[in-house]
Amino acid sequence: MSTPDALAVPPSSAGRQSGGRGPGDAAPSRPLSLSYGAVLLPLVVGAVFLLIWDLAVRLSGSTLFPKPFDVALGIIELVEQGLLFKYVVASLFRVTWGFTLAVLVGVPFGLLLGWFRRVQEAFNPMIQALRPISPIAWIPLAILWFGVSDAAPVFLIFLASVFPIAVSTMAAVQGVQMVHLRAAQNFGLTQFQLFRWVIVPATLPQIVTGLRIALGIAWLVVVAAEMIAVNSGLGYLIIDARNAGKRYDLVVAGMTLIGVIGWLLDLLMRQVERFPAVRWAYGARHE
Amino acid sequence: MNELSGPGRPANPSVQAAVVASDLGLTFPGKRAGEEVRVLKRIDIDVRPGEFVCLVGPSGCGKTTLLNLLAGFQKASRGEVLVQGEPVHGPDRRRIYIFQEGGVFPWLTVGENVAFGLRRKTEMERQRIVQHYVDMVGLTGFERVYPRQLSGGMRQRVELARALAADPAILYMDEPFGALDYFTRFKMRADLVRIWQQERKTILFVTHDIDEAVQLADRIVVLSPRPASVQAMVAVDLPRPRDANLPAYLHTRDRILGIMGMDLWSDKATRSDDASTNEGHQRQGSLTHSLAERSGPGHTETQG
Repeated sequence: MSTPDALAVPPSSAGRQSGGRGPGDAAPSRPLSLSYGAVLLPLVVGAVFLLIWDLAVRLSGSTLFPKPFDVALGIIELVEQGLLFKYVVASLFRVTWGFTLAVLVGVPFGLLLGWFRRVQEAFNPMIQALRPISPIAWIPLAILWFGVSDAAPVFLIFLASVFPIAVSTMAAVQGVQMVHLRAAQNFGLTQFQLFRWVIVPATLPQIVTGLRIALGIAWLVVVAAEMIAVNSGLGYLIIDARNAGKRYDLVVAGMTLIGVIGWLLDLLMRQVERFPAVRWAYGARHE
Repeated sequence: MNELSGPGRPANPSVQAAVVASDLGLTFPGKRAGEEVRVLKRIDIDVRPGEFVCLVGPSGCGKTTLLNLLAGFQKASRGEVLVQGEPVHGPDRRRIYIFQEGGVFPWLTVGENVAFGLRRKTEMERQRIVQHYVDMVGLTGFERVYPRQLSGGMRQRVELARALAADPAILYMDEPFGALDYFTRFKMRADLVRIWQQERKTILFVTHDIDEAVQLADRIVVLSPRPASVQAMVAVDLPRPRDANLPAYLHTRDRILGIMGMDLWSDKATRSDDASTNEGHQRQGSLTHSLAERSGPGHTETQG
């Protein structure tokens, strides 16, 4: 059959040759460039910060508060004693367990909350009432139930991260667009298929973002829990260094390690956001 | 098949209607008794297999609601919809709905979107069908691209390909080009006509753009303001592709505008001017076009 219409021209002959992205037709993606600004500027800011810190300590004449160089020496001391590796592993171990349990419980629970209105109506008030209770407030109960063991901080991390995970997953499901549900139903999907092929992929990016936030909270909480409930880990390092000999160089060394490791954990979660299964939702800035 | 033989000609009575809506009404209950919102008054429509029917009406009159009822996404408060003789109780893969905007799945690539309705096929067959329809809508080379990277018009093409790949008998299209710019819309209409002539699907197409309706339809159903009822049915018996400058085309358009009470810009002076300069066209046009109109429900259409 001959094409009856002079206008029936494919829309994008230019885009086809370039293998996917035609100029004008499809939005061009901007490559993320690591310019001098991305490396140099933070280094300058960091250096200025250290300089001010150093000067402030020298000018105040404080003997307790450490200078940046003292903190660096403190970290080296921790490495030599074999404590650094041991404490970092201990903290990461607890976060891994608490966070994994929270994901395993929080994501399915959040999906149920988002999908079934009755479940949401039944559980949401309780969740909203439990959520504002600081994980720190649970420490006495955690020690009562689990004693001084790894289980106590794991429980606290679980508590701290399960609610944000469940709530963000619920919100993600509730945010699935009606037009996508209808389009999928139109193709005769069963409830299970709808869940598997629409709800899960549609919500995954928002779930991953929720996980990223929850992991940040988990890392905050492990330090607090270790200060009270156990005798190892970076939180314990801080409280022990202060109590044992007012070693504020080690206190700040512990804080520095917590900061750097927390940052690395977040970078790790950002890598997850680059997977194709979730990247579609984040826009060109992640490409 | 000669594309001029099918559309616009009287229905073969032995062929079962593709879509029949009879005495369709929709009323939303109000907060208190007596506050019901009547959306659709009384709709009677029958669509022949392979026919291209446009639903036009003033904005807010319930065109989209009507299409949702026909597609089974919403339940009518009165009357029923029959598709190929079967009552409609919900959405069905044999009749696919194309949304105004955002209907493609952003988490799937173009190819995966088009394959969405093909789960039961073998991998090889699926690939073949996907490629066929991706080519048909002019997206060859974009199979692995995510919808976000496409323009609005291209996304609508993806949705059309996804619908066609599932091989439905009927396509419901809800202002599918409404969010596109003028030139894209122009191309999309032309391509839709070409694809419809190849695929011979029954199409129910909602639009508020009367030019679009006259460009596309075999028959135009003009709905009244809310609560909507069928105000008129206008057959458009013009050969495709349709020349928007033909007097017959303009006459059909103005006629519909008149029915909708918007004849203020069919200026008499311009019209007679037009006629004198294009006399040949005018005569030819009036021969090729025929209008069948009905002024109220219950009146059977006569044509020919």
